[in-house]
Formats: sequence, structure tokens, C-alpha cells
Amino acid sequence: MKSEPRVALHRPIADEVRKTTCYMCACRCGINVHIKDGKIRYIEGNRDHPVNKGVLCAKGSAGIMQHYAPARLRAPLKRTGPRGSGQFKEISWEEALETATAWLGDVRHTDPKKLAFFTGRDQSQSLTGYWAQQFGTPNYAAHGGFCSVNMAAAGIMTLGGSFWEFGAPDWDRTKLFIMFGVAEDHDSNPIKMGIAKLKQRRARFVSVNPVRTGYSAVADNWIGIRPGTDGLLILSVIHELLKARKIDVDYLVRYSNAPWLVIDAPGTADHGLFARDAAGKELIFETVTERVVPVGTRGARPALSGRFELADGRFAVPSFQLLAQKYLDPKYAPEAVSDETGVAADVIRGLAAEIARVAFDEAIVIEQAWTDMNGERHQAFIGRPVSFHAMRGLSAHSNGFQTARALHLLQVLIGAVDCPGAFRFEPPYPKPLGAHPKPHGRAEHFRPDVPLAGPHLGFPQGPEELLIEADGTPSRIDKAFSWDAPISAHGLMHMVIANAHARDPYPIDVLFLYMANMAWNSSMNTAGTMKMLEEKDPQTGEYVIPKIIYSDAYASEMVAYADLVLPDTTYLERHDCISLLDRPISEPDAVQDAIRWPVIEPDRDVCGFQSVLIDLGARLKLPGFADQQGRPLYMDYADYIVRHERRPGIGLLSGFRGKDGSETGRGEPNPDQLARYIENGAFFSAHIPLEAQFMKHANRAYQEFAVRMGFFDKPQPVTFQLYSEPLQKFRLSAQGLRQPFAPESHRERILEAFDPLPDWYRPFEEAIVDRDAYPYHAITQRPAAMYHSWGSMNAWLRQIHTKNPLYVPGPICDRLGLADGDWVWVISHHGRIKVEVARMEAVNSSTIWTWNAIGKRKGAWALDQDAPEAGKGFLMNHLIHELLPPKGDGMRWSNSDPVTGQAAWYDLRVRIEKAEPATASEPQFPAIAQPEPEPRPAELRYGQEWSQ
Amino acid sequence: MHPAFSIIIFTTLSGLGYGLAAVLGLGLLDPAALATKLAHVLALLLVASGLLSSTLHLGNKQRAWRALSQWRSSWLSREGVMAIVAFVPLAWSAWLAVVESRYSPLPGLIGTALCLVTVYCTAMIYASLKAVQAWHTRLTPLCYLLFAGAGGFTLASFFAFAAQDRTVIIPLLAIFFILAAWSAKSRWRARMQAMVPLSTPESATGLGHIGRVRLLERPHVTENYLTHEMGFRIARKHAEKLWRLAVLAGGIVPAILLALLVLAGASGTFAALVAVVAVLFHYAGMFIERWLFFAEARHAVMNYYGG
Amino acid sequence: MTSLPSLPTPKKLGLVIDLDVCVGCHACVVNCKEWNTGGYGSALSDQDPYGADVSGAWLNRVHTFEVVPDGGEVVGEAGEARIVHFPKSCLHCEDAPCVTVCPTGASYKRAEDGIVLVDEEKCIGCGLCAWSCPYGAREMDLAAGVMKKCTLCIDRIYNETFEEADRQPACVRTCPANARHFGDLADPHSAVSIMVAERGGMDLMPEQGTRPVNKYLPPRKRKPLADSAQSLPSAENTDEAKGFFAWLDGMLDRI
Ligand SMILES: Nc1nc2c(c(=O)[nH]1)N[C@H]1C(S)=C(S)[C@@H](COP(=O)(O)OP(=O)(O)OC[C@H]3O[C@@H](n4cnc5c(=O)[nH]c(N)nc54)[C@H](O)[C@@H]3O)O[C@H]1N2
Ligand SMILES: Nc1nc2c(c(=O)[nH]1)N[C@H]1C(S)=C(S)[C@@H](COP(=O)(O)OP(=O)(O)OC[C@H]3O[C@@H](n4cnc5c(=O)[nH]c(N)nc54)[C@H](O)[C@@H]3O)O[C@H]1N2
Ligand code: SF4
Ligand code: SF4
Ligand code: SF4
Ligand code: SF4
Ligand code: SF4
Ligand SMILES: [Mo]
Repeated sequence: MKSEPRVALHRPIADEVRKTTCYMCACRCGINVHIKDGKIRYIEGNRDHPVNKGVLCAKGSAGIMQHYAPARLRAPLKRTGPRGSGQFKEISWEEALETATAWLGDVRHTDPKKLAFFTGRDQSQSLTGYWAQQFGTPNYAAHGGFCSVNMAAAGIMTLGGSFWEFGAPDWDRTKLFIMFGVAEDHDSNPIKMGIAKLKQRRARFVSVNPVRTGYSAVADNWIGIRPGTDGLLILSVIHELLKARKIDVDYLVRYSNAPWLVIDAPGTADHGLFARDAAGKELIFETVTERVVPVGTRGARPALSGRFELADGRFAVPSFQLLAQKYLDPKYAPEAVSDETGVAADVIRGLAAEIARVAFDEAIVIEQAWTDMNGERHQAFIGRPVSFHAMRGLSAHSNGFQTARALHLLQVLIGAVDCPGAFRFEPPYPKPLGAHPKPHGRAEHFRPDVPLAGPHLGFPQGPEELLIEADGTPSRIDKAFSWDAPISAHGLMHMVIANAHARDPYPIDVLFLYMANMAWNSSMNTAGTMKMLEEKDPQTGEYVIPKIIYSDAYASEMVAYADLVLPDTTYLERHDCISLLDRPISEPDAVQDAIRWPVIEPDRDVCGFQSVLIDLGARLKLPGFADQQGRPLYMDYADYIVRHERRPGIGLLSGFRGKDGSETGRGEPNPDQLARYIENGAFFSAHIPLEAQFMKHANRAYQEFAVRMGFFDKPQPVTFQLYSEPLQKFRLSAQGLRQPFAPESHRERILEAFDPLPDWYRPFEEAIVDRDAYPYHAITQRPAAMYHSWGSMNAWLRQIHTKNPLYVPGPICDRLGLADGDWVWVISHHGRIKVEVARMEAVNSSTIWTWNAIGKRKGAWALDQDAPEAGKGFLMNHLIHELLPPKGDGMRWSNSDPVTGQAAWYDLRVRIEKAEPATASEPQFPAIAQPEPEPRPAELRYGQEWSQ
Repeated sequence: MHPAFSIIIFTTLSGLGYGLAAVLGLGLLDPAALATKLAHVLALLLVASGLLSSTLHLGNKQRAWRALSQWRSSWLSREGVMAIVAFVPLAWSAWLAVVESRYSPLPGLIGTALCLVTVYCTAMIYASLKAVQAWHTRLTPLCYLLFAGAGGFTLASFFAFAAQDRTVIIPLLAIFFILAAWSAKSRWRARMQAMVPLSTPESATGLGHIGRVRLLERPHVTENYLTHEMGFRIARKHAEKLWRLAVLAGGIVPAILLALLVLAGASGTFAALVAVVAVLFHYAGMFIERWLFFAEARHAVMNYYGG
Repeated sequence: MTSLPSLPTPKKLGLVIDLDVCVGCHACVVNCKEWNTGGYGSALSDQDPYGADVSGAWLNRVHTFEVVPDGGEVVGEAGEARIVHFPKSCLHCEDAPCVTVCPTGASYKRAEDGIVLVDEEKCIGCGLCAWSCPYGAREMDLAAGVMKKCTLCIDRIYNETFEEADRQPACVRTCPANARHFGDLADPHSAVSIMVAERGGMDLMPEQGTRPVNKYLPPRKRKPLADSAQSLPSAENTDEAKGFFAWLDGMLDRI
């Protein structure tokens, strides 16, 4: 036998490793980019990075193909053909920036609200928001409104932090983990790593989800709920827990507003609001002295039930009494909700029993003394190791805000917020509602050539803080913070194009978008949206939305609709900042932020959008971007990251501050800061002392730490708001009891949806359409290996999802005689699509679904015209309308949550009909031209030059 | 399995060539006849073209010689080696016939034996693959050998007639082999249709203890090398039709034609012409048979691809 | 050499894949591709990468199966079907048919550690080894015309230019769910062997007689939630709200 061939076992990977932050999705994992011969040899997870600890997902691993994709834009583009045609010519940056400056300058000098600046997958909102504020337009928001503002707003208003980006389950300690409506989420890798930890410890993992894929596939228990009914399921669990007396009374009294007295004076403007003393402090009833005293009175032992007389003679009851009365109602009994939710009563009861057992019988203790905000010393942290996580399965419904609130209520009832084993906050959260800004954008807040009076986004705490004009019309183009969506904390990006097109509330001049594929997968009513973007005013011959500036890195569908395209770099070619002022990457135990830096130099005439924005700011002479003489304040984004200070000593990055880089959180700008970050693996992490790691909402050590770090200037403890006073204020307006009064048209809706206690109502579309005519739910899920629309130009990722079928439950297939590969029409109140089906059993029997954003428009993304993504792939979006079907009064409401304006993607109801076999899905649209695509090879042999 | 054109050509042509060569090696034909000389040349040509076409699907043809090295373990290698080894007596016999117009039993019989061994090796390439259950049977080499015999004798009948040989034995043997081959093949096919799959989605995934296993999503949406190579599927209806056509063309027609010739005691040009028709029909039948051999065989890997 | 090693290899390096936690994320699939397309042997090419028939060579792929209980274990709270994500790469079989069928000796099993490799210098791209593998673990690289397969990242696991922690296969290192484990299955005390023993690690298609080294850990048994339904104590006083508030007062007294 001959000897075996020799294999080169010890070849080094590459010449050099550059550590930066992944941006194949918003999870922001640390990556080691190995560079060989000036090209990317390999991208792997950075072991030292706190987010991913070395692992890397499919998208992250496909970074090479993302970076070298032929769909990359190569130079600024000026539209030459009609909108939507995709015909452009390449222009110089100088011409592009001058054009943009001229368009934007006009608006700023005359009527700043005629600029609508909206950003999509934006990780630089602290810059884009600041820029918009300096510009002076009221019309700015990022994508949260169509994404998960329900989750964010419910979390912040109830707990002071949310599941969405601002908290995480205590993966190392939790014993029961319950996940509602999550397919992937932003914490893509940490969730997978967390699930692995649960499995290792044999902790129980329950997934509530109509579809059993991904995480749900490995759950110990899968509850295949009917979409839109989670609120009912949760309230039923609460009902059972209350009935069984399995609640943490001590926790409720200490950390929530359960004992706060609610005024019981029906028919008056104060009914249902908290009783307060002269100093504005909320009141409780002290049971020992039997007196009404302010919250926080030392040694007070508050009542949780009873009816008490206030000093002014009015009566009040502890909010907890209202709460208990509400949920003990037999209408929440498991048997009563079983039909609606599709979940067997025994399963609901079993779920409640497990929650109770683990929370109370398996409590954990961390022997670490700590002091609460009342100065009381505790010997240990008591953990209730039941944790929850939820995302768009709850929030993408028109009842999502209340559903998310219900879940937070459940957490607080069992004492499982920020204790060991439970859901834990990630700094800079928690943050009380009062510490959030109030929205700015009313006429009084802006005028030509000056900055907006304050930040755009925030939380109105009552109708008086809405952004509406005297006559009640919305101040903002997206109608955020109007009666339509009073607490739309993230704006309503999904309404911008429709409203601008309808010139309702007013016309705009420039639509400036960044990183959002609004002409395709991020819009409802996609075909209608494209028409709106294409439509011209018959009188002037001008487009109804006159000017569109768009920044993208790739030839997406949206690019074809821009008049001016500002080509961005890929994520490996630019500076970026993942800042505590924005959406940070902190962990429950550590404060963290990160950067991206150019690990590869661009080989095209492209420029990082943030640097472009800073340049535009200087050209427009915006305060904050140009000095008094009009000279630019910052060279580029890198310079801004280092030198910009929001408050003295507080900048974008918290690490290596101070002249010598020795300070953390607060400190002077450090000119070497970026170099220090790069040396450190492109991130910074400051550990929270053990004493400060739990009960952050009420933990003195944490609050002091937060002040030291510069999150706040004084401690900002949080009292959990089980009963929400702001919501009640809106109800009083709707009842005509409190100024400003809600318009007649909005009253019924507000009364129904603004219950101060978490509530469940039928999602709007389901409530309006004929349920027999549209018997099924239609939803989408994120595939793990794709990020929205941006995987299709990636030669590796697109092989995994080259097209998407419609998954149809077996029983429906049997009824309609459908087999894999058959074609059906899916019909909603708004439209119909023709698609290929695949049978599936592990799904709620009334729910059909598909992968999100796989379908592409012909000609986009530098794919061949016959690419399956365009031919057979499809979007569910064509069936979803931004407005609900007309009601009796002819009025059409936005298809959103009535509280937050969150787009109700998953409320969709459909029917399906068998169709003739076909070769392409419908609808199809004319192909768009490629804006000067890079050469597309017929075969790829990436790395062949390195083979031996 | 994907019925690749080059492999079908290879197995059918080389089968025919080795069959003919094997018959020639028995010395049943007049070595002095021109037709016999041509038969020798044709046999070599068929064998050679079959082997050449077998290299067509190689990813790296220039290294084909390496395929001879693993005769100790690989049937493909053995086949290659045997093909070359067989060439020696075959060429020797051919030389004797073509140049010296004579037959020598030494190279002749050795050649016959080596031809059969070569065909056996070819068949064993398939029969040794446990992953393709339909092929994994002793019947596979039996069929290959009998078909080689059938083709060889049918072709030899033609050359015998063309040489004005009043032979009965050769066409009778042809008829015998045709009948034997097709009945063996029927057994083969009956086995394939009746067999309980050795591997199932349940055994492939080890999930049978939970329940019935069904593919929900392929790993990649479009076809890949494996599904191209092994995912070929043919509708039962078509397969049945083709099978009947194969039996008709490859078995019944040539057998009847040859039988008629024998009964009529025909010879000479007319008989040769009829024999040519028989040969062509037989070859067409073989082609279909071989196509089905691939098309109907299911590879175990399809348990992972829902095929 | 295309015969299998005559003695059992002293080491049996391989993977253990945990079907109980694999979430089907394809991370291992893509990372394997990016590692290997610039590593051992020729690149893993992709044909028609931006067109209709896009397809490429991959050494690891994840299939998704639906398992419908049929008298077996009933799972799920709203249905009985279960989804199992199923990663699959070369199993480095002990009786590897892909090695013995290879006519050129390109395919071989290393005597030292049992890794099955293709020597691309010798491979003629005949495809027979792919036919012989019941698992679909071999894929031809159409550009180079040579057979590709999982190398168990041989250019990582022994690589002295790497930190110790990185000397493991790319797919194992990257798997976010920790569903992939690498080790010596010949050593009964190795972590992987212990895992296999404890969790009932299984062979795929044992009936094919290939004796795979890689093992799969089956999904664990599940305990239905409904089983706990009766364990929630019902309140002493069932007079709903009133009884509840009485209890509450009692609780508050205790605090
Ligand atoms: N049917 C249905 N529709 C949905 C959803 C759903 O669940 N179902 N989900 C909704 C949700 S939650 C969201 S967040 C939206 C997401 O929708 P979008 O925010 O529109 O997300 P993408 O499709 O990824 O589009 C972002 C754009 O960013 C571009 N891009 C990628 N990298 C870069 C870069 O480095 N720089 C720049 N400047 N641009 C870049 C891409 O080319 C793409 O055109 O979709 C929404 N739409
Ligand atoms: N790989 C990948 N990761 C991503 C993204 C991506 O595109 N790809 N997008 C990012 C973005 S922008 C976002 S917003 C997040 C979203 O992260 P997820 O919230 O995980 O996103 P979705 O896919 O919308 O998942 C919603 C899940 O809810 C389920 N669901 C639908 N309706 C209901 C319901 O009524 N009740 C319950 N219980 N479940 C329901 C669906 O079946 C689905 O599994 O993911 C982020 N991460
Ligand atoms: S989850 Fe994946 S794509 Fe997202 S940042 Fe991490 S590695 Fe990149
Ligand atoms: S990376 Fe891990 S979890 Fe993801 S598919 Fe592969 S084995 Fe499964
Ligand atoms: S899995 Fe297939 S390729 Fe790997 S050793 Fe076994 S038979 Fe050979
Ligand atoms: S393709 Fe290469 S490795 Fe496979 S059997 Fe043929 S020569 Fe051997
Ligand atoms: S061990 Fe290496 S080659 Fe094998 S599947 Fe894993 S990453 Fe791919
Ligand atoms: Mo989102």
C-alpha cells in the first residue's frame, strides 16, 4: 500500500485579521475578517465578542458574497428615465451633493416640513435623528413604526424597558423560558446560544407560535396558537395564577404601581387617574395607620384592595384591586378562551401551573447584598427563574400593544423582571417613561432655517402632548402622535408614502430615504406604493412626490424610484457606531458599544452614508454640523463619532474616553478612541458590578452606576406601570371628559383600545372582514439565512432560499385537493396573488404562511431576469393594505395598532382557491433596468487562487 | 438515477462489442471470410468507442489512466484493467483473422473469457452499489452477461449470414440468449418492483421512532449535483410503456426474425439484411433497457431529498 | 490505498450532531462553504450564481423534515407534527463504500484518524464515489471536475498556526446552537463518546453497512404541558374576587 498523500495541515488562514462588527443583520456580532492578498479570505465570529462569543450565523458567514455582490452600486446616480424604470446615469459626488443641497436648502429656507426624512435599517439614529432635528423638519423617524414599536412602547410604558433590544432572558439561570411569536429576532445569535444553554441545563422551553419552525421546532412544548389571540391566552394564564394565588405580592407592592390609588369618580376628568398629593406624588393607603400617604413613605404598608376616601372627599381604590377584579372574571377562564385561541384548556392550565411552580417552588437565590432605592438593605437577590421573550408575533397585530402589555403584566405578577433567572434589562435600560423625551413637531416647534425645538420622537403622556394642530390635524406627514396613533413612539414609516401621495395632511417636496426598500418588501400594498411613487400631478406634470433622494448600497427595488441615489459602501468599507445613544449591544451584565471600520477599502465611487449626511449638514450650514462661519465641524463620520458630544462628556462611544482614554461613560473626547476600539476588537464592554446586576429598576448601586456612566444625570428608578395612566387620559378624552377632546370619529376606537389595564380585543381586520369569506390567517416569517431583501444578491444565501412556497396546513390541502407544487390564488380584501403551495402539518390549522421578502422584482438586485426569486418567489405584501377595509361610515382606518401605529402585518385574513398550473407567480411587474451593474460571472470560484 | 447518455452508450456498445468478441473467440465463424474479419474489427471498434464514451463524463479526462490503479478494490478499476488486458487476446485474434485468416483457440478462448470477465466487471460496478438497491443483486451481472451474449450472437448471426455461412447454431444461440437475457431481466425487474426499500426516510434520519418522516424543505431550493445525478424520476406509466417497448424491440422482434431465418434456412445477403434489422432492433431495445436501468433505480440519498 | 485501512483506525475523528437543538439556521452550511472555498483543494464553485439555475458545491447541507407521529410519541400542544432540522455532511464511515469504489485511489480513509478525503490531484471526477455514498455526502465541483467532500476541516483541526480553541471544524466553531460537536469517537472517554452513550446517539441508515463515525443525537422526549394541568392548586376560597382579596390581606400581613 502506498503512503497517504501529504495534506497541508498548517497553512495560516491569511495575512492579517481585522476585527469589526457584522452587519448582515442588526444583531451586530463581532467578526474577525481574515484578509489575504487584499481580499477577504474568511470571516469568522470573534470569540472575545460579548454578543456572539465566536459563533456566526449563515448570513454573517456569507459576508464575502455580500461584499463582492454584483448588485453593489458603484457611483452616485441621477435618474434619466421615468421613475421606476431603473434608468440612471452615473454622476460625480460633487454633482450629487450639490443637487441634494439645493433641494434640501430650498425646503429648509421655506417650509422645513416639506422634507420627510425616514430611515430603515438604520443603526445610526443618534446621528440621523440629530441631523433631522438640526434641519428643522418635524418629519423624521426610523423604521420602528412598521417593525416592532408595539413591543418597544408596551415595554417602556410598563417596565421601563422592552424585549426588543433592551433586555434578554437570563439564559444562564432561567428554568422555564416562554417565547411568543419569534422566528429570528435581532438577537439572532444570542437567542440560539441561549436556547442551547437551556437545553444543556434541561430547562423547559415553551414556544407559542402558529408555526413550528426554527426555534419552535426545538421547543419542549409548542403551542400552535391562532394568530392575534395571544393576549387572551396570557390573560387566561393570569386568571389562573390569580385564582391559585400564585403571585408575588411583596414584589408587586415594592416595585409596581399595584398599590397606587386610582380615583374612582366616574364622569369626571380625573376618573381613573392616580390620586396625587399637592406635590404631585401618587398616593397609597397605609394599612397600619389607615391613612392615605404618598408613595415612598418610609415603612408604609400599602393596601392592595379596598376603597378609600381621599382628603378631598373623593374615593379611590388601589390599582391592583381593579386589576384583580378584571382578570378574575370567568371570561378569562381557560375553557372560555380555548375556542378563540385554539389552545386546549388543559394546556393553558398546564402552562400556568408550570409558571407558578418554577417561579415559586424553584426560586433561586444569589447571595449578594444590595440596597434598594428606599434605602432598604436586602441580603440576597431572589430569582423567579421564569423568563419570557416575544417579538413580532405579538407586536405585528393591531392589538399588539395591549398583548405585549399583558405579557409584561404577567412577568410582574410573578416577580420575574430583572431578577436572577428572569427577563433582565440591558443598560441603559430600564428608564422610566418620564425620562423619555416628549415628541416635538407641532407648528410651534419649527420654522424655516432653525432647528426643531426638541427631539422628534418620544412618549406623549396624555392627549395634550400630541403633535396635532389647533384644528386637530396631524402635524407630521406620517400622522404620528396624532389621534390616529397617539403613542407612535417610532413614527409610522409605512404611512409616509401613502400620506405624501394623498397630500394628507399636506404635500411634501423632498422624500429622503435611507436603507429601506419601500418600493417593495417594506411596504404594504406594494403595487399601490409603486404607483404612488410614479404618479404625476396632471396639472403641473410633476411627480406628486416631487423629489426622492435615496441611499442604498445595492440595486434594490427602491433604487429605481429615486431621483438621486447616494451609493453607500458595504458594511466592511465604512465607519459605523453602535452607540448607547441609539440601539446598543449591551448585555444584562455589561454596558457595551461597538464600531465598524473600513477593513477593506472601497473600489468604487461610493461613500458611507453617515459621512455623506455630515457633509450635507455642513453644506446646508446646519447648526451642529457647521460652525458660525459655515465651516464644516467634522471631517467625516469617524471624526463625528470621536468628537461629537451630546452633553458635555457624553458622546457616541462610552469606552476609552478622556484625553488618555482611561475614562468610561463620561469623559472628554479622545482623539485615539477609534484606534483603541479597533485594538480591542471593535467593541467596548464595561462590566456591571454584581451588586448592581439585578433589580436595576430599584437598585441603588445600579442607579449610581448608571449616573456614573452618563445614562442619566440623576437616578431614574422605575415603578412598573401595570395600570397605565396615560392610556386612561386618552380614554377620558374620548369620553369627552378631559381636554383636549378626541374627535368624535376616533372615540369608539380609543375607548376600545386604550384600556389602562392590559386587554384583548379582536384584531381589526379580522373584526371587520367577513370571517367566512376570509377564513384563514396569512403571516410571514423571517428565514434564518436571509435578512429581509438583502440576501438575494448574495450568491451563497440565495441558493438556500431561491424562491418561497406558500405553506398550507394539511387539513386545508385535503379540503381543497392541493398537493405540493399546485398553484393557488390567495385572496384578501385588498388583492390577490397566485403562488405555489407546499403542504405542512406542524402549523396552526387556520394559518398559511411563507418566508418574508424572498420574492423580488424582475431586474432588481443584479439578478438575471429569469431568476426564480422574481418568477416564482412572491411577497405577501401585495395582499396587505395600509388601510383597513371601509367600515359602515366609509371611514378607512390605518391598518395599524390604534395606540402605537405599529403596522399590523400579521392581521391579514385570506381565502385560497385552487388555480390553474402556472410558471410564474402573480402579480408580475415590468422588469427594471439595472443601474450599470457590475459584471456578473457565469461561474464563481471564489478563493480558487488560494487552492493548492 | 440520472440516465446519462454517455454511460448508456458506453454500457450498451461495449456490451455488444464484448459479446461479439466473445463469440468470435469461440471460433464459430469462418476466419477467412471477409465478414469475419470485419466482425473482428467491429468488435474492437465497439469496445473502444464504448470505453471512450465512458470517459466523456469524467471531470478530468486527462487523468483517466489513473483509473487503472485500484484493481484490488474497485470494480471500475477492474473493468478498466480487464478491458485493457482483454484487448491483448482480442487484438491478437483479430490480427490472426484479418491478416492471417486463421483462428487460434489460445487467444480466442482467452479472449472470450476475458470479455466475459470485463462485462462482469462492468456489471459489478453497479451491482456493488448498495445505495442503489435495484442494482444491488447478482441478477445484475447475470443480465449484463446474458445481454452481452444476446447481442454478441445476434451480431454474429449477421456476420455469419454475410459470410454465406449456413449456420443454425449461431442464430439459435442468439435466440437462446435473447430469451434467457430477457427472462433474467424480467426477474430483475420483478425483484425491483417487489423489493421493500432497504432504506427509508425513517432510517435515513433515525426519526422513525417518532413517526412518519417527510421532507418539508430541501437544503437548497434549486437542483444540485446530487439531485441531478440521483434525483431522476420517471412516472410509472412511462416506465411501463418503455419496458414493453424494450422487450418488443430488444427481445421479441429480433428473436422472431432470427427464428424465421432459421426456420426458413435462409442465408446470404437477404438473411444478413434481416439480421441487421434484428441487430438494430435489439440495440434499440438494449438502449431503452439501459435507460430504464438508470431511470427506474432509486438512490438511497433521495430519502433525504423527498424523492 | 483505495482499500480501507486494514485495521480499525486508532482515532475515529468525527462529528456528533444534536437534533434536539439544531434550529436549522444554516450557519454551519455557509461557514463550511466559506472556509473550504479557499482552503483544502479547489474552490467550491457556484454555477449560474446570479441566474435561474444557481447551484454550487457544498460540503454540508441542512434538510428540514416533518415528522408526523403515527402511534409513536405524540408531541406538540396544538398538533402532533414535529419539525426536525437535519444537517448532513460526510459521516467518515468506517466501511466507506466511497473509498473502495474509487478507481484512482483519490478517495482514501486516513489510517491515523479515519478521516475520509479526496486527493484532488488524482481524482478523475468519475462520480462513482458519489453514487456509492448513501448519504449524499459527496458533491462534484463542476468547475474543477473533482469530487469534493467534508474534510472534517483537516486544515484546521491540526493547524498549529491556530489557537488551540480554533482547532476544530469551521461548522462546529460557528454553530450558534451548539448542535455540533467534534471529537474522537474511538475514545470512549471523549466528550463526544460520552454524549453519544448518554443520549442514545444513532447511526444513519445502519442497514447500509457503512458504519458511520458521525453520530446523531435524537430529539429528546417531551413532556406535554397538559400533564401539569392538575398541579395548579385551586384556591382555598373559590369565592373569586372576595376570597382573593381576603387572601391578599393575609399575605400583606405576612410581609
Ligand atoms: N409581509 C411582510 N412585510 C414586512 C415584514 C413582515 O414581517 N412581513 N416585516 C417588516 C419589518 S419588521 C421591517 S423592519 C421591514 C424591513 O424592511 P427594510 O427596512 O426595507 O429592509 P430591507 O429589505 O432589508 O431593505 C433595506 C435596504 O437597505 C439596503 N442596504 C443593505 N445594506 C446597506 C448598506 O450597507 N447601506 C445602505 N445605505 N443600504 C443598505 C438594501 O439594499 C435594501 O434596499 O420589512 C417590513 N415588511
Ligand atoms: N435572519 C433574519 N433575522 C432577522 C430579520 C431577518 O429578516 N432575517 N429581521 C430583523 C427584523 S427587522 C425584525 S423586526 C426581527 C423580527 O423578528 P421576529 O419577531 O422573530 O420576526 P418574524 O419572522 O416576524 O417572526 C414572527 C413570528 O411570530 C409568529 N406569529 C405570527 N403571528 C403570531 C401570533 O399572533 N402569535 C404568536 N404567538 N406568534 C405569531 C410567526 O409565525 C413568526 O414565527 O428580526 C430581525 N432579525
Ligand atoms: S446574527 Fe449573523 S448576520 Fe446578524 S450580526 Fe450576527 S453574524 Fe451578522
Ligand atoms: S449551525 Fe448548528 S443549529 Fe444551525 S443548522 Fe447547523 S447544526 Fe443546526
Ligand atoms: S458518508 Fe459517504 S462520503 Fe462519507 S465516508 Fe460515508 S460513504 Fe463515504
Ligand atoms: S470522482 Fe474522484 S474520488 Fe470519486 S471515485 Fe471518481 S476518482 Fe475517485
Ligand atoms: S467539518 Fe469542515 S468540511 Fe466538514 S462539514 Fe464541517 S465545516 Fe464542512
Ligand atoms: Mo423589523
